[in-house]
Amino acid sequence: MKHKTFFWFFLPTAMAMLIFIAAPIVSVVMQSLFLPHEAVLIQVENCGPFGCTQQTSIDQEATQALRDAAPMGRFAGLEVYFDRGHLATAEVAAAWRNSESLGAFFGELNNLPFYRAMAFTLTYTFTVTPLLIALGFFIAVGVNSVTRQLRGLLIFFSLLPMIVTPLVGSLILFWMIDARGVLGNLIQYLAADPDLSLKASTPLMWISLIIYGIWSSAPFAFVVFYAGLQTVPQDTLESAQIDGATRWQQIRYVLIPHLMPLITFVALIQLMDNFRVFEPIIGFSAQAHATSLSWIIFNDLGGETRQLSAAATTSVLTVLCVAILLTPVLVRTWRDFKGKA
Amino acid sequence: MFLKNTVAAIALTVAAGTAMADCGISEGRVSIVGNEFPAIQTVGANAMECASDSVEVSTNLTADHQTINLPGMQGNPAEYTSAIVANSSIVALMNEDVIRPLDDLIAAHGQSLKPNQIVTINGQAMAIAFMANAQHLVYRADVLEEAGVAVPTTYEEMLAAAEAIRAAGIMENPVGGPYAAGWNLAQEFNNMFLGFGGQHFEPGTANPTVNSEAGVKTLEMMKALSEYMNPDYLTHDSNGTNAEFRAGNTALMHMWGSRAATLVEAEGVPQEVVDGFAIAGPLTVGGGTTPASTLWWDGWTVAKNISDADAEATFKALLNGIDPSILSGEDVASQAVWLIDGYEPTEAAVGVFEAANSGTAPYPMLPYMGLMHTALGAELTDFMQGNESAEQALADVEAAYTAAAKENGFLQ
Amino acid sequence: MASKAQEKPLGLRILLTVFLVVWLIAAAFPFMWTLWGSFKVELDFFSISNWRDALTGPRTEFTYGHPFTGAGYAGAWIQEEFWRSVINTFIVCFFVVCISLTLGTLGGYALSRSGHNYVFWLLITALIFRALPPITLVSGYLPPFFEWNIWGYLPTAIIVLVAINQPFTLWMLHSFFQKIPKELDESAKVDGCTQFQAFRHVIIPVMWPGVITTGLFSFLLAYNDFAVTAMLLSESNRTMIPAVAAFLGTTQTEGNVMFAVAAVVSATVPLFIMVMFFQRQIVSGLTAGAVKG
Repeated sequence: MKHKTFFWFFLPTAMAMLIFIAAPIVSVVMQSLFLPHEAVLIQVENCGPFGCTQQTSIDQEATQALRDAAPMGRFAGLEVYFDRGHLATAEVAAAWRNSESLGAFFGELNNLPFYRAMAFTLTYTFTVTPLLIALGFFIAVGVNSVTRQLRGLLIFFSLLPMIVTPLVGSLILFWMIDARGVLGNLIQYLAADPDLSLKASTPLMWISLIIYGIWSSAPFAFVVFYAGLQTVPQDTLESAQIDGATRWQQIRYVLIPHLMPLITFVALIQLMDNFRVFEPIIGFSAQAHATSLSWIIFNDLGGETRQLSAAATTSVLTVLCVAILLTPVLVRTWRDFKGKA
Repeated sequence: MFLKNTVAAIALTVAAGTAMADCGISEGRVSIVGNEFPAIQTVGANAMECASDSVEVSTNLTADHQTINLPGMQGNPAEYTSAIVANSSIVALMNEDVIRPLDDLIAAHGQSLKPNQIVTINGQAMAIAFMANAQHLVYRADVLEEAGVAVPTTYEEMLAAAEAIRAAGIMENPVGGPYAAGWNLAQEFNNMFLGFGGQHFEPGTANPTVNSEAGVKTLEMMKALSEYMNPDYLTHDSNGTNAEFRAGNTALMHMWGSRAATLVEAEGVPQEVVDGFAIAGPLTVGGGTTPASTLWWDGWTVAKNISDADAEATFKALLNGIDPSILSGEDVASQAVWLIDGYEPTEAAVGVFEAANSGTAPYPMLPYMGLMHTALGAELTDFMQGNESAEQALADVEAAYTAAAKENGFLQ
Repeated sequence: MASKAQEKPLGLRILLTVFLVVWLIAAAFPFMWTLWGSFKVELDFFSISNWRDALTGPRTEFTYGHPFTGAGYAGAWIQEEFWRSVINTFIVCFFVVCISLTLGTLGGYALSRSGHNYVFWLLITALIFRALPPITLVSGYLPPFFEWNIWGYLPTAIIVLVAINQPFTLWMLHSFFQKIPKELDESAKVDGCTQFQAFRHVIIPVMWPGVITTGLFSFLLAYNDFAVTAMLLSESNRTMIPAVAAFLGTTQTEGNVMFAVAAVVSATVPLFIMVMFFQRQIVSGLTAGAVKG
């Protein structure tokens, strides 16, 4: 395709992305490098419905003068990236020097918000993604093999976990797995332990989140693979059958290679989405047991004083982590791309 | 522009449908952002009555108001001419200097206001409060009677009562409380910490002082209480705690006054819970005299970056919104503990009144309190789960707070 | 196709059926439980005292004299005027799907038909764009949107949703277009068509499987979005999910969980109708439209 034709085809989508994604990314990066000005504090008397108290407040005029002098804020460089709320280099170094064993070091590390979030996020990403791809694939193969009349119904019910909004879907499951809920009771019965509570234990909470993650994202993989299965060349399949390939061999040597670009695609999207896991943590009120980078951003922005620089820094770190995470898949895409061109 | 006109036109037609009030506004634009609970809805609806052909009044009442009020008031002219805030959230608007002093407007039009409604900061009136809130004791009188214990007035007595109820086999987890990790847990810490006479900061500076004797005692008391709570207590916010109470699983809990009024009004609450439901003031702790709770007010502000005419219109419209006549409306008196003239406390307001009368401290209105609250909410869970010592947890809180306060320019 | 060789042995058939049945139960059970529970009062729905209460509804019977009640539905639809949010949601979904598919098919087609290196880098950039958490993007939008007076309106939310969803749409359509043989439009161009004519007359008729699947995801994204719609729409323009979230209440204020549950259940009905309506396209249309080879 000629450059000029390409340009006109691509222009509308490029404009949308430049204005609404690229521009905010630039401002986020700037925000992570510049900090708000130092506040000039004064002692004041505040009065209200409950009497008067001596309290500290910001001297607006003095602070405004600082702001006018440098509208961008204080330049901090990468300072925020390395402070305790983020990469915490000083704290990690101290933990490395002071801990006697590797276990103690990881214990210290787990006390720092960024690393604690990473521990859960990476576990979640690397268990949920492969499992949901496998589950989605088997559902697609399964649904593809039933009679046509049934398929519409099957597709609808298979989509339900994805259709019910995560906000409410996770809330409903949260109540179902409560020690007094229907699933919680079932699990207590199966484990023969009447005091078992999924919500009070960190490992069980992680498992619940992971199962929720697989359950809610498998329909996505299913739909993509199902659509892909409709385009499997029938003659290849037939000739494989004539050659006496078993059902498993047909899947292994015909279906999977045919679906490979879609599997790569689903892996890319799901690695990224799972790395940014957020809604289940809120829905399950799981933050005592599991946090993620997206949750840290939410927490920084959700307080009474919004921590814009901290949130921007965590966002940039998220993007960098996603880029690192996706490198193997991207290298593969690059090879495919060069192979075809 | 087209959209804006349409919205205005809709606002006008809506207003035209209701009773028109004469608020003495000749012209101007009024746009209010605030939380969405019923009391604020009432204020907003009454302010809307001031709309006329030349006065545009609109409200945007949503739970996300805290995220949008600041950006919505930073523009010039500001999108919102008024934000309805609480004593915790006014700080964010003060820090960015987007609200104006109201002294002139009060002198000119505010004769109907009671002096204690006016919130002054450094001598300047910055907000008009119209309702109050506080956490206090909610209990089951029938269960306490059955267990043979008196209504507790201190947390130590609460622990003893809980033990008595458990020992009598009446309830397994008699204590409730919004201990959900995050904002709620931090708020419970603040309550207890102030009850123990703790100070969050060195006076006059932003240096944290939570890692103190009072801090450790606070955490130990919270841990002791949690032994009598449902094992899932770290996931129970006030919705979850109320659900436990309604189901008859808890007998003693510390609950928001704004949630107490409707606690047993929900559908299907068992009769014994409805009959046994009772309210008392907040508890003290550790032999202290200051109750382990905080006082809150909700009030309205006026934006800085708007014309004086719009500011005056906003002030008058909101005065109409909190006019004493609104109390005659159906259910309005029970929607909140109103601070406006002519309010007769309902039974559900006892707890909040008791809190105010017994010298409970207001929630600290400090520029950096929000950062401390966030740090507490995130770092205390390790201690509550028994993964680390109280000292370590408090040291973590201070470290997390210090990092955030440095980023925001409160500490060097 | 139903040749002897394709017929499955009994064991495999049983295995397959069991697998599908187990999956269907796992997928649908929470929803069915919610559907049943939406006709109960809150205490029964959460059934803290005994999990069987959610099935039998003793508290509902205590309140209404009957184990089922439509109070949640009446409250959500009549008292809280949930239908306004439903209308807003469908406006948003319709435009998001149409606009993102239009932009996405053009862009995705171009990406799949150009072998230049920049195509790869454009795809990677789009992917990196997608990595930014939506919550950060949205908090960055607030100041300029207020400044330009476009905050709170449906078109703003639609454009933002389209843009945020573009990387995904591009990637998905790109991989579908790659499976349409290049020879199809190449030969059309040899016959004297411009690139756009080739796209219009040759590609559009065969691209529907990918477009419908992508459209389905765009629809679900717009339909389920919370981060963008909650922050960018004013209360009067609210879509369904923020409205449902508002029913749930906050720490200091009482919500009405049953309104939320009833709203969620009723919000699923149009989706059921939609999937049933499109099932022909999703099921057989895909195969018919697909290219052999």
